[in-house]
Amino acid sequence: MFRKRTIAGIAIFAAAAITLSACSSATETPAAAGDVDAATATSAEDFGGLDALVEAAKAEGELNVIALPDNWANYGEIKAAFEEKYGITVNSADPDISSAEEIAAADNLKGQDTAPDVFDLGTAVTLASTDYFAPYQVSNWAEIPDDNKESTGLYVNDYTGSMSIGYNSNEVPEPESLDDLLGDDYKGAVALNGDPTQAGAAFAAIGLATVQQGGSLDDFQDGIDFFSELNEAGNFIPVNATPATIASGETKVVFDWSYNNLAQTSVVDGWKVTTLPGAAYTSFYNQAISADAPHPAAARLWQEFIFSAEAQNMFIVGGAYPVTIAAMNEAGTTDEDAIAAIGNLDGDIVTPTTEQAEAASALLAEKWAAAIG
Amino acid sequence: MTVANAPVLVSGVAQAEPGRHPITEPAGPTRRSPLSGLAKYLGLAPFAVYVVIFLAIPTVLAIVTGFFTEDGSFTFSNIAGLFDPLVLGTFASSFWVSAVTAVIGSVVGALVCYALLGTRAGGALRSFIDSASSVLAQFGGVMLAFAFIAAIGSQSLLTLWLKDTLGLDIYADGVWLYQPAGLLVVYTYFQVPLMIITFLPALEGLKTQWAEANATLGGTRLTYWTKIAFPVLAPSFFGSLLLLFANAFSSYATAAALVSQGSPIVPLQIRAALVSETVLGRENMAGALALGMVVVMVVVMWGYSVLQARTSRWQK
Repeated sequence: MFRKRTIAGIAIFAAAAITLSACSSATETPAAAGDVDAATATSAEDFGGLDALVEAAKAEGELNVIALPDNWANYGEIKAAFEEKYGITVNSADPDISSAEEIAAADNLKGQDTAPDVFDLGTAVTLASTDYFAPYQVSNWAEIPDDNKESTGLYVNDYTGSMSIGYNSNEVPEPESLDDLLGDDYKGAVALNGDPTQAGAAFAAIGLATVQQGGSLDDFQDGIDFFSELNEAGNFIPVNATPATIASGETKVVFDWSYNNLAQTSVVDGWKVTTLPGAAYTSFYNQAISADAPHPAAARLWQEFIFSAEAQNMFIVGGAYPVTIAAMNEAGTTDEDAIAAIGNLDGDIVTPTTEQAEAASALLAEKWAAAIG
Repeated sequence: MTVANAPVLVSGVAQAEPGRHPITEPAGPTRRSPLSGLAKYLGLAPFAVYVVIFLAIPTVLAIVTGFFTEDGSFTFSNIAGLFDPLVLGTFASSFWVSAVTAVIGSVVGALVCYALLGTRAGGALRSFIDSASSVLAQFGGVMLAFAFIAAIGSQSLLTLWLKDTLGLDIYADGVWLYQPAGLLVVYTYFQVPLMIITFLPALEGLKTQWAEANATLGGTRLTYWTKIAFPVLAPSFFGSLLLLFANAFSSYATAAALVSQGSPIVPLQIRAALVSETVLGRENMAGALALGMVVVMVVVMWGYSVLQARTSRWQK
């Protein structure tokens, strides 16, 4: 099947494909052992239990992950822990691409042994791409709240951050409200992680500004207006905030997910994270298995691992809030030191619905460029 | 070739028509290049295949996507989207950035070339500037963007020094480096050297005899420049100007590394359409935007080739 999307993709992602194939392994191991078809298994039971799944995954020997930066929600350690625990090589491709590009990569690499096995996606892309997923329910399926999973297991929320403000305490005072950021202390200092018409983290920053300004997620205009004012005050710096710009001092104040901002506190002297009083903005990322996963058993074992208390605690260490945290608290398996370090997620928590997100996207596409131009 | 072929031809003719003296026979009409027919095209094949695979096919596929919806049905809506005020605005910005940097680059570059005429041809200074320009004209992308962030970013050595010693805050009205205004500064950095390497040969082509002829016929320096040098150099100058325009218009990587917000120029709009994880379903719009850019580039490069043909008349 030669679809239009594929055609576009070939041109654009040819370079990516070449890069990917360079780190692929020449050998492809047969799928699951015995007569289990790993690609259609919807639970560990289908393999004959978790041990059998582990065996099948080990036989495959490799797992292709995509868009998982080492310094994002502690994914570096999570990947390493998986490798060590199961002796399966994790091939991490294109850590810095967007969710939309993950799906494009699945399209372009379809049928190759370098295609992604598992995705970690923002909500909008997840909902638009369900054709690409294979349903799977992890062993502790019941521990994931119903609101956080698709009923057949096509996709499942894995972790969320809270939209936070990171700031360099050596350079600027701690912002206590959004309006503080309009002051002279923050000249050319405030940055976003990406363009809100493209990147989920920046989109969420506009959402946070909206609710902090007293607006509702139905209409992101208040948030857009705030950044427009910030720009007029000369306080907005339209560069992409990265660990490099934070380290160099180019971006002294950064709106980003709590786990990204927290990751910088140990790296950059004086970097602190604050969440403003009032509404907190969260948005879960989603795990999904690729329907065309070249390593279907390893992909399913990755899900079992991600939702295990071990990996869920690693998300907390990375500054993210895992989806099974309530069950973990009940079972007493939560890493108490880690959660104490990032603080409990409480207060008024807002997350946009699909309709709200779509309306906001359309509004941003129309208004954003002019607002900060 | 002629020499190498001659004995073969002679002996062949001699065998066929023994009665005639081989030397008197005109060899011209029967003379054949050793690379005839298919062989000639085989020689071209590696380049042709390269161009087809890495230029023609991707261009055609990218443009074709602009005429389809995501589910593969034909549509003109993406093309219509090109006339959206927002998209037209980005084409205008792209034009503006390219035109301004091309004009600055060509004028400054031409002045440098003129100054270089005063140096000895093949001398150390001219060779040095020539080779440095060749390198700098290709210096772009992420490296150039970070070089500028490090040099004149808001926390850079230079910016802070200006602020602390001269009290001059170049970013008093906001940080313009990450906006189209910043692109002007950064693009000019590679436009000037590109002008030097493309325009210097034309200036070097001015023959001293022309100046002497002008003087002999009672011309002044002014008439030399207005009646001789300028008409001869004009096609080359404007051709180079167009080349610089095209160079800036198609630049992507430098802008991508520098400008994060608002996608103010067309290549960044294409990126946004392709990679956005918040505004979905615009992948095929990228094809339409690419078509818009290709149209502009075709016109510009056609103009360049016309001017180039006029230029080469004087370089024989």
